[in-house]
Amino acid sequence: MPETLLKHTASTMAIMVAFSLVGTVFLASTYLATKAPIEASEAAAKMKLFEQVLPITEHDNDLLNDFVELPAGGELNNRSVTKVYTARLAGVATAVILEAIARDGYSGDIKLLIAVRQDGSLGGVRVIAHKETPGLGDYIDIAKDNWIKSFDNLSFTMRPSEQWKVKKDGGKFDYMAGATITPRAVVNATHRALAYVEANKAILFAAHKK
Amino acid sequence: MAAYQTIVENGLWKQNPGVVQLLGLCPTLAVTTTMVNGLSLGIATALVMAASNASVSPVRKWIPKEIRNPVFILIIAAIVTVIDLSMNAFLHPLHIVLGIFIPLIVTNCIVLARVEAFAAKNPTLPSALDGLMMGIGLAGVLALLGGVRELVGKGTLFSGIDLVLGPEAKSLVIHVIPDYNGFLLAILPPGAFIGLACLIAVRNWAELRKTTPSPQAGGALKPAL
Repeated sequence: MPETLLKHTASTMAIMVAFSLVGTVFLASTYLATKAPIEASEAAAKMKLFEQVLPITEHDNDLLNDFVELPAGGELNNRSVTKVYTARLAGVATAVILEAIARDGYSGDIKLLIAVRQDGSLGGVRVIAHKETPGLGDYIDIAKDNWIKSFDNLSFTMRPSEQWKVKKDGGKFDYMAGATITPRAVVNATHRALAYVEANKAILFAAHKK
Repeated sequence: MAAYQTIVENGLWKQNPGVVQLLGLCPTLAVTTTMVNGLSLGIATALVMAASNASVSPVRKWIPKEIRNPVFILIIAAIVTVIDLSMNAFLHPLHIVLGIFIPLIVTNCIVLARVEAFAAKNPTLPSALDGLMMGIGLAGVLALLGGVRELVGKGTLFSGIDLVLGPEAKSLVIHVIPDYNGFLLAILPPGAFIGLACLIAVRNWAELRKTTPSPQAGGALKPAL
């Protein structure tokens, strides 16, 4: 009796292993076949996002592979290590593109992509991810409203630091009634990122790629 | 031939997974904010169902009873992963929109249910047809629910079609109601439940009228749709 049980168990196991092996081979080959297209489309999606914050005419380098890494925390108050991409024209750094997080949104983090030029002006700001209330606070998203474009080309010379607040708080930025927390968070985070780039210009705009 | 006809009828109407069996409601309710989203996930699910039924059926005699569930799940998970990777590679923007719901097709009970209830007992061709028809039945419900929610919620149809067909397709988006302010409830989760309830009601009403051709029509209320 134990012998037949043993035999039965062994054959069942062998079948399970056989199916797993076939499945693994199937998956591995698909993974290898789709790896390059996936990387290409991810890079293309990222470049498309970069183009929205910095006109394509303002750089000629391979943006995606020209970055420095910032540790978590610090002045930017980011949650994890983030990349700062350097845009260069004929080898000279013209702008940096960085990710910033507004932790004080209405519901959860608001992830921003911000481009700052060498002269201290913003290329543009885009919201990459947010969980704000649909129809209320989501006008910070370019898909819903052009509000985020009010940051285009702004700098501290054009708008002094103390005016970087929504109008309700005595600043210069528009907001929509019923959703002040969301734009306040975006304005604060952008202000923080701009101030950070200004303060660390020497390092961020280093002449040559390391 | 009659058997095939029954399979088609069951999948599309009599045993429709979306409005009769009510299996796989998680994606049904979460993804159907637009018609394109609903239909895309529906098509992905239909492909998974046809492929998993077609792969389980020919090997069903070699799968011991004790380990049939692990083997079924293994097959389904492998097929879903292949579809997930292919979508990520070739329909990247749509993949971002549907996100977690593509891998989650593995846990959609309707897929395992059809494998267990049909493919494990029937020859390959009817099994593949059953998976495909059940999938198309579900896709139809997802597309319809997505369409209703999109129309009521945003006043458009086919928004987001450029994610599937490329940026040129943007002109296909129909603004049914111009200058519509939107009705948020339809887009938010409660809208999914209300919309699905309306679809089930319409389906039951139609079924009732078919079976009782008497003048009082089964006394069913006419749904407001």
